[in-house]
Amino acid sequence: MEMVNRPYASAFESYAVQHPEVLCLSADLTSSCEIDGFRDRHPEQFLSLGMAEQNMLSFAGGLGLAGFRPFLHSFGVFLYRRPYDQLMASVAYPRRKVRLMGFLPGVTTPGGMTHQAIEDIAVMRTIPNMTVLETGDATEVESVVAEADTVDGPVYVRILRGSVPRLFDTPLKIGKMRVLAEGSDVLVVTAGITTEEAIRARNALGRAGVSVRHLHLNTLKPFDAAQIVEHAASVKHGVITMENHLVAGGIGSMVAEALAEAGLARRLIRLGLQDTYAHGGSRPYLMKYYGMDATALVAAVERLTGQATGIDEDSLAAARVDAVHSTAKAEAL
Amino acid sequence: MRNERTTEEIAHAIRARVFEHTIRNNGGYLSQAASAAEQLAFLYNEALNLGPSTMPMIPPPFSGVPSAENTEYRTGAGYNGPFDVVHDRLFIAPAHYALVAYACLIEVGRMAPEGLEMFNKDGSSVEMIGAEHSPGMEVHNGTLGIGLSTGAGLAWGRKKKGEEGEVCVFMSDGEVQEGQTWEAVQAAAFHQIDNLWAIMDVNRQQCDGAMDSVMEVGDIATKLRNFGAVVAEVDAHDVAALRQAKATPHEGQPLIILAHSSPTHGMEFLRRRFPRLHYVRFRTAEERAEMNTAIAAELGIAPVDLGEN
Repeated sequence: MEMVNRPYASAFESYAVQHPEVLCLSADLTSSCEIDGFRDRHPEQFLSLGMAEQNMLSFAGGLGLAGFRPFLHSFGVFLYRRPYDQLMASVAYPRRKVRLMGFLPGVTTPGGMTHQAIEDIAVMRTIPNMTVLETGDATEVESVVAEADTVDGPVYVRILRGSVPRLFDTPLKIGKMRVLAEGSDVLVVTAGITTEEAIRARNALGRAGVSVRHLHLNTLKPFDAAQIVEHAASVKHGVITMENHLVAGGIGSMVAEALAEAGLARRLIRLGLQDTYAHGGSRPYLMKYYGMDATALVAAVERLTGQATGIDEDSLAAARVDAVHSTAKAEAL
Repeated sequence: MRNERTTEEIAHAIRARVFEHTIRNNGGYLSQAASAAEQLAFLYNEALNLGPSTMPMIPPPFSGVPSAENTEYRTGAGYNGPFDVVHDRLFIAPAHYALVAYACLIEVGRMAPEGLEMFNKDGSSVEMIGAEHSPGMEVHNGTLGIGLSTGAGLAWGRKKKGEEGEVCVFMSDGEVQEGQTWEAVQAAAFHQIDNLWAIMDVNRQQCDGAMDSVMEVGDIATKLRNFGAVVAEVDAHDVAALRQAKATPHEGQPLIILAHSSPTHGMEFLRRRFPRLHYVRFRTAEERAEMNTAIAAELGIAPVDLGEN
């Protein structure tokens, strides 16, 4: 599997230099959000707003009113927790074209409770006028810059930073979920970093005779409920969601709402943070501790099907994760 | 666009109109008219370069909040003139002053008196706490402290685009209790946003009463200067002084005019209510009648005819 170093940095720079009405805003996390090179090379398009997020959100609203499309860079959690009122009144209500680039989503930071955006999706999806995206690989990080900037209104994006795996070779398209496998036993719905885990588990599950249908979401709002229901209807045992987020308000809730509104009775297991804060630690440790890794997914599949798979942690750790080179190939898995 | 009346005349007319509305509707933001009448009259009548209103004299009814589907949505900004490169923009940061701001729009010929009849009526855009779609309101400012930040962002953007028009924020002194106000001042100073200026109604009052009894804020002027603003301090009821303050040079820095006002100016009868001035309401018919007579006399107008009531 190819690893890409700092995909956001190059993608943002190449896009922003072509679009002078795009501005790069930072709140004292410039290198942490991979825009330090952009700051140094394009100071006229860069605005340092310091550790003052409330002002940054309203200020961005003013920039939007002036016809600019500011990209706000910070850790996801800092873009909504403290400045929630400003986000509502200055950005979301008037539909300013403000692009909120939220780095270190969920447990991808060892920073503990204050740094971990674990309810960002729940918060953002309930805000009228807001679009919510989540990137799951290097290709999605690269393509989300231009794609987010097409939104006629505000958009919040969960961005992966640093060394990011490349799973997909087609760009992120808003509203287009990726069908990664079309099995008939269990439907697995993932997004962000949980997709790689699910791919890892899926290969082992396939060898154990479980036919998995796997959807990768990158557009969380607007949410394509009809497609989810269609896929859920085509599996025998039920649905498992796995998210780097609280299960309340996130993908687990969205899928539950979709199934209930359609009147489709399917069992649903929601993997992710279960009404708990996380703490500081490495990503693999936290994903295992809070039950959002390949092992947790295999256990959930066993609960749904009532059949032991015989898959152990060692075989999951050894599982190869191949890049998904095209939808056709993925669906043939 | 200039009004033919003097700023002082308009200020007096604002007080009379808000007084009449308050008596008629059994309550209102009357003290804000006492403190801010000259400031708003000054802004609309002479300080700001505003084009003619682009909106109907009688405000259209509420037509929905902004959404992807609501293509007809408009803010109340058009009452302050067209949003083009040469004209100024005005944000009323304490949206609770809406009644006074609407009265001002009427007195400067931007809204019909009928507009005020729609105040706080269901289905009307002339809302009690000014909304983005209310006449003369350009952005939402109902939560205090966000106005100056928004103004700073807009001003930075206008400067970058080479637009001549400036951005003015009408503020209230209570807003200095909000941390965001200080974030906004430091950002405006750091980025040298000098096409931004504000006039702050320093009436020393807030919802709970006198500010000093709620949360002392110290020397606002010194604090603002330390955060990087140019500050001018004036008597809010002296229009010539306001004029002079506006002319204060502030290259590379935002200008904030502290307009020291009396929350009972022109209506000293309100002193009896001190320090409960945020929203004046009447407990009895007698109280209402007494205030009707007393303040009308102070303003030199006839008491409001309350008919059978």
